[in-house]
Amino acid sequence: MSTRALRRHITSRIMTGLVIVLSFTAVLALFLILGNLIIKGASSLDWAFFTKSPVPAGQSGGGVANAIVGTGIVVGLAAIIGVPLGVGAGMYLAEYGSGRLGWLVRFIADVLNGTPSIVIGIVGWTFIVRPTSRFSAVAGAVALAILMIPMLARTTEEMVRLVPHSLREAALALGYPRWRTSLKIVARTALGGIVTGSLVGIARVAGETAPLLFTALGNLNFSVHITQPIQTLSLQIYVYATGPFEEWHRLAWASALVLMGLVLIISLVARWVTRQRYGRIR
Amino acid sequence: MSSFPIEGVPPGRPSAETRWRSLVGNDRSDRVYRNVLTGLALALPALILIILGVLFMGALPALKRFGPSFIWTSTWDPVAEVYGAAPMIFGTLASSFLALLIAVPLALSVAIFLTEFSPRWLRQPVGFVIELLAAIPSVVYGTWGIFVLIPFLRAHVVPPLKAVLGWTPFFHGVFYGNSLLAGGIILAIMIVPYIAAVSREVLLAVPGSQREAALAMGATRWEAVRSAVLPYGRAGLIGAVILGLGRALGETMAVTMVIGNRHDIGVSVFQPAYTMAAAIANEFSEATTHLYLSALFEVGLILFVLTVVVNAIARILIWRVARGQAVGSQAL
Repeated sequence: MSTRALRRHITSRIMTGLVIVLSFTAVLALFLILGNLIIKGASSLDWAFFTKSPVPAGQSGGGVANAIVGTGIVVGLAAIIGVPLGVGAGMYLAEYGSGRLGWLVRFIADVLNGTPSIVIGIVGWTFIVRPTSRFSAVAGAVALAILMIPMLARTTEEMVRLVPHSLREAALALGYPRWRTSLKIVARTALGGIVTGSLVGIARVAGETAPLLFTALGNLNFSVHITQPIQTLSLQIYVYATGPFEEWHRLAWASALVLMGLVLIISLVARWVTRQRYGRIR
Repeated sequence: MSSFPIEGVPPGRPSAETRWRSLVGNDRSDRVYRNVLTGLALALPALILIILGVLFMGALPALKRFGPSFIWTSTWDPVAEVYGAAPMIFGTLASSFLALLIAVPLALSVAIFLTEFSPRWLRQPVGFVIELLAAIPSVVYGTWGIFVLIPFLRAHVVPPLKAVLGWTPFFHGVFYGNSLLAGGIILAIMIVPYIAAVSREVLLAVPGSQREAALAMGATRWEAVRSAVLPYGRAGLIGAVILGLGRALGETMAVTMVIGNRHDIGVSVFQPAYTMAAAIANEFSEATTHLYLSALFEVGLILFVLTVVVNAIARILIWRVARGQAVGSQAL
């Protein structure tokens, strides 16, 4: 082998090695973060953590029951508002979205997906908090719903597009009107995928903090009133992690582990369901 | 010629007219269905206009008072009611740039590894781990940054950096813990999955014939990647990086928790800094005066317009490669 060829082969080897090393560095980050979460968080998880509300600052003990319930309420409300809008927009994109309007909507959905969530918080504050002059769970839910819509529109579109054309043609050939074909055949077939997409979207907004800072605000007491400020796990972690007390830091890690677990379980279940139904997508 | 009763078909045959209408999609219920869906889809363009309108209306007092000088004024004094966003704009750009510097080599490596070098059995697990990274909530990254990353930087990264590069202005001065460096690294970890996922889709869209042609000409594996695969996907890869930039610019919680939140412009990465998103997160609910609030609205407006432009550019570049497929949207 000539020197030149040798050099080329050595370069190839080095670059391949570099690519592999860098890839595994990136993968390592996940294991580091998850490892720290589990080590530092798991030791603080006990029954009281899930069933008690926070105790006054500086005291030990207490839990985050209020935040867990609050997360459920805010995210649940957000899903009620956001899922129909997002899925509907996604159905439009899949069924009628080949024209110019479809292109525009698709483009805007993608652009909105990258919008800073803190800006959406400002919108929620302007429309709900300022007129009612009160921070509330509803305001937080509206902000999260706005975040959800573009995400769901795109995943729904993708899932609906996976439905084979022959099914639609068969239904139309039998004289089914288009709207019934769309709802009863196409959407029904893609239902699993749509549910999956919705779950992933819900999991994603469940971890959001920024849009809740000045909408849901947070609440150290147990509250289920949707017109009152409410605590969520993400807000609780923010306050505890940036606070001065050791006890708070401990609770922050434990809450982070719970939030992470919640988000991961929802996404994993969702993905698993999709794989079962459709095999590997793409 | 009486009609036979057929099971399942309602009595009273539809006239030829209505049957024809239903076939070409002119049926009234079809029109209603289509209009309802169109209405829902129009929510998205409406949303972007509403956001823009809200931010603009809120920012109007500050816009009138300070004009364009808001962008290059570096005073932020709620007592004297003088506001300028220069330190935040600087901090946002600097932390995002730092993040890209770290994240791009990592993310492109992941994409290249997954599409070109990885054994088949390893592709799914590695891809899955990267997807999981994207699912970690921002506030969890921030917590990790405060309690793990910053102590680690202080103990193991800053001393050698200082020893080698301490003479440059970028690594000058005392390490504060909460700093531009910590913010940039956290951001980098957060945007790797986005850039990697989209880059992977782009590289998958490169036809196999490109690789085969290069290999047939005697290219080594790396040469095939460098000279045939990467140039083919260049626009899409640039799009992926810009998409990551968009994420980094608007990322709020993790950065707020580790960047130090000080209205200062300094070139040293060891110093605390501020970002636009962090300023809104910290100060919005504390803004006591009308003008203070309005200044924060203007910061939001600048941030929003900036990210929309960046994202739009990224999307156009990615779409050019993938021809309108929903590239990477699984990861987003």
